[in-house]
Amino acid sequence: MTDVGTTEIPPTTTGMPRRSFLKWSGAAGGGAALVGAGASLGLLPGVGPSNAATLTADAATGDKTTWSACIINCGSRCPLRFDVKDGAIVRVSPDPTGDDELYTRQIRACVRGRSMRQRIYNADRLKAPMKRVGERGSGEFEQITWDEAYELFAEKLKGTIEKYGNEAIYSNYGSGTWNGLMSTSGGWARLLNLMGGNLGYYGNYSYGQIGTCTRFHYGNPDEQISNSFEDSAANSQLIVLWGNNPMETRMSGGGVLFTSLWAKKQAGVKFIVIDPRQSDSVVNLADEWLAPRPGTDAALVAGMAHAIISANLHDQEFLDAYCQGFDEAHMPEGVPSGNSYRSYVMGEGSDGIEKTPEWAADVTGVPAGQIIRVAREIALAKPANITQGWGPQRHANGENQARAIYTLAAITGNVGISGGGTGGREGYYWPASMWFPDGSNPVETQISMFGWTDAIERGPELTRLKDGVRGKDKLDVGIKFLLQYAGNMLASQHADINRTRAILKDESLCEFIVVVDNQMTASAKMADLILPDTTTAERWDMAPSEYTGDVAYLIMCEKSIEPLFDSKPSYEICTGIAKALGVEQEFTEGRTGEEWVRWMHEETRKDRPDFPTFEELQKQGVYRYTNPDGPTVPLKAFREDPVANPLDTPSGKIEIFSSELWEMTSTWEFPNAEPGDKLTALPEHVDTWEGAIEARTNEKYPLQVIGHHYKSRTHSTYGNVPWLQEAHPQKVWMNPADAQERGIENDDLVEIFNDRGRIRIPAKVTARIMPGVLSVPQGAWYKPDQDGVDTGGAVNVLTRIHPTPLSKGNAQHTALVQVEKA
Amino acid sequence: MAAELGFHFDQTLCNGCKACSVACKDKHDLPVGVTWRRVAEYSGGTWQRDGNTVVPNVFSYYTSIACNHCEDPICVRVCPTTAMSQGPDGVVTVDQDVCVGCRYCEWACPYSAPQFDAEAGHMTKCDLCADYRSEGKDPACVAACPSRALSYGPVEELRAEHGDLAGVEPLPDPAITRPRLVITPHRDAQPSGSGTGSVANPEEL
Repeated sequence: MTDVGTTEIPPTTTGMPRRSFLKWSGAAGGGAALVGAGASLGLLPGVGPSNAATLTADAATGDKTTWSACIINCGSRCPLRFDVKDGAIVRVSPDPTGDDELYTRQIRACVRGRSMRQRIYNADRLKAPMKRVGERGSGEFEQITWDEAYELFAEKLKGTIEKYGNEAIYSNYGSGTWNGLMSTSGGWARLLNLMGGNLGYYGNYSYGQIGTCTRFHYGNPDEQISNSFEDSAANSQLIVLWGNNPMETRMSGGGVLFTSLWAKKQAGVKFIVIDPRQSDSVVNLADEWLAPRPGTDAALVAGMAHAIISANLHDQEFLDAYCQGFDEAHMPEGVPSGNSYRSYVMGEGSDGIEKTPEWAADVTGVPAGQIIRVAREIALAKPANITQGWGPQRHANGENQARAIYTLAAITGNVGISGGGTGGREGYYWPASMWFPDGSNPVETQISMFGWTDAIERGPELTRLKDGVRGKDKLDVGIKFLLQYAGNMLASQHADINRTRAILKDESLCEFIVVVDNQMTASAKMADLILPDTTTAERWDMAPSEYTGDVAYLIMCEKSIEPLFDSKPSYEICTGIAKALGVEQEFTEGRTGEEWVRWMHEETRKDRPDFPTFEELQKQGVYRYTNPDGPTVPLKAFREDPVANPLDTPSGKIEIFSSELWEMTSTWEFPNAEPGDKLTALPEHVDTWEGAIEARTNEKYPLQVIGHHYKSRTHSTYGNVPWLQEAHPQKVWMNPADAQERGIENDDLVEIFNDRGRIRIPAKVTARIMPGVLSVPQGAWYKPDQDGVDTGGAVNVLTRIHPTPLSKGNAQHTALVQVEKA
Repeated sequence: MAAELGFHFDQTLCNGCKACSVACKDKHDLPVGVTWRRVAEYSGGTWQRDGNTVVPNVFSYYTSIACNHCEDPICVRVCPTTAMSQGPDGVVTVDQDVCVGCRYCEWACPYSAPQFDAEAGHMTKCDLCADYRSEGKDPACVAACPSRALSYGPVEELRAEHGDLAGVEPLPDPAITRPRLVITPHRDAQPSGSGTGSVANPEEL
């Protein structure tokens, strides 16, 4: 076995510009950051043993170049080529297929994929199964054999089922291994389903609120995607990126980074970008940038709607024929007057407030003049593709924010036409490949994906109308057996890390925690049993595309090297446990992991004979295919004939006023309600706990904090890769006005805190973020010091477990904090 | 005589992801602290407050920079050991067997192109991926860029196609070394030396 275990992670280098850098022009602030260049000496090479392998490799037999992929949850998906020498990966190369044209574009991996060698050969790799010996969360483990691990898992699982029933078993959300046909589930769902199932969850941390509220608005049980940017490039006058940031959240060179740049540069489509931060989408795409305060997007829409209605620029014909609840003439029966969206906007609603651009300016921070001008520009651009990202919906009023942006697409009549859009995220062609058959979960009870800490702490208190329990009126038992596969939810990606850890440390609540991962994450340290998974390089798989526009594809993932140390592919781990549980045959059906991949691919080929064979795909690496119906234009059939093709809402129309939500306003329960804890039938702006308005009067915690996606990580994945830590150091973005008030200079170490916790990282003092708002790039690895201050800079130390009103999801961009010099 | 090679960089496409930089490190096995291709973030401007409204007047753009294989390579001129030399194709390379690691070249180069490898005890630098080029492949950074912001080739061809701009903040005055670098400027690009903004990520350079 290759000796890769001795690599140490060099410290992140900060504040060490080279001597000659002083001669670069315009290096203001650089001088203050200078420390002796000698401090950078003596670092270990970033690749350690791989280096040695490169230098010592014989031109020997067995060397090869393989296909693999970066299968992490970024929303894109990139092929990688591995040069393998002497059983070790010595170099990573990009997709050599395709070109620079729109529909045959090369799928060039971003910075993360290109660092894959340091993820595979990382000092944090889990090497062998381990059992906790110290207190839970202490990080003290002892190595055990695989057989002992299988037996321990089986015994605890069976014991929990016998004592509490299957509803006490929970498999937590996690996306560190994502979109491998084989490895996304890794076999865990299939295994648990064979054992009688487990408490399920709905939604996800990416788009929980829009994924839930869309059913009420468009009748779609998921988000309602908008037109693709391929369509926009050909047909749109304008693209609005509303809290949407393809330059940073879709960085693959084969995905939306490419298509949005194409729309801008090749097709000359105009862009308006709305974001409290000058994102790289503002930098590269925006013709105009609006910066609203976080959590005020529905107010901005209302102000724009006022400007549009006042100028009579709304599409009345569309609203009449396709929508319920825009005006009083199109309301469902039995609803008192004053409840239409137009009434809400024009001051004829129950709050009596006219949502003038001046009103919206006060709430959002965007000047009224700009609101009016941009609103009219959006209304006059025929057609326009209004697309929202998933930031606006990740707020305490996220459902309403998402529905408000949808509503702007209806007011401007852009839904269902070429060049237009729905107000949802840019569209894509969903890949056709078959996934690993998980079977079905015999337990129908579900909680929100965000509700698992509540379900551990006080499971039997959770109900349908109060907590969004589905499939049952209430839970009978809390979570007693927690499985976390390929996820860092236990100490990084869920809200309020300190509270989460406190809940998990109480062994009387959740009695057994299993973490399956390939790195020693902060979550793995919370486990009772750690099972070391491999990376994609060490097993067979295939990776389909995800949100990559109108070009779908399938990537071959070959087993390029042997599993490192004593790790095993997740499927093999499940097989071992299945044997211990006496269900091996049912679980495997006699197939190895590779045989399942081949079987799934052959199943896909029955429907898609155009797909290459397994062997052909091994040669060509990537198979691209496009929608035979042309670029994605969602709700086209509805637009063409709304009677023959109604939406799946009660009215069959777009419900700007939702009949179901109107009912639920009187049935859903909000005991001890805080500001924002309410449902509304209209996509109104709602001021919430720890929102923009509260920030004005909260003397203790006057700053809003958001957590943008960072280039060096996909959520927390890749967070321990030295090359990436060097390329994109973890810093809090802070406006110079806020910094100056507190005597903070660029690169100063600062502490950001509230009653939930405290983190310590350097400040990036930059005008690229609006005053009053901080952004801590999300996903940094939690590293508490002896005082409990997180020196890794995990934003979720600061966020709150209190759920959103409708989806009971994650409001992880809603939080108030203070910052001070460390 | 071989055509002299250079880089073209389109600032209007770069999102600062640094795939170029890390692809270079992977290709050449560079440790943390030795970074042949770096990406500068240049930013400036302010916000205007009026009551509860705030309006940005802010600009930012990125510049990816490696060795520019200059027409007047100051690193070659200052090298006391002749380790640093320029080939007929304009590519500047360091002979690691000759280099004693005195770091004069690092001190002299206004682009921070030659980089000291502390463990090896000598200078290292971009050779425009000579081995890849000999196989007919693009340099690793060029092949890596997801935005297609980087290209390379005979500098006269690059200049004929893209112009001859190289003096953009935060890069130094091109008169110092006459870099074989052609930049397509971001719409907010500032001329070298204008001091309109500042480098936002000095420690990453």
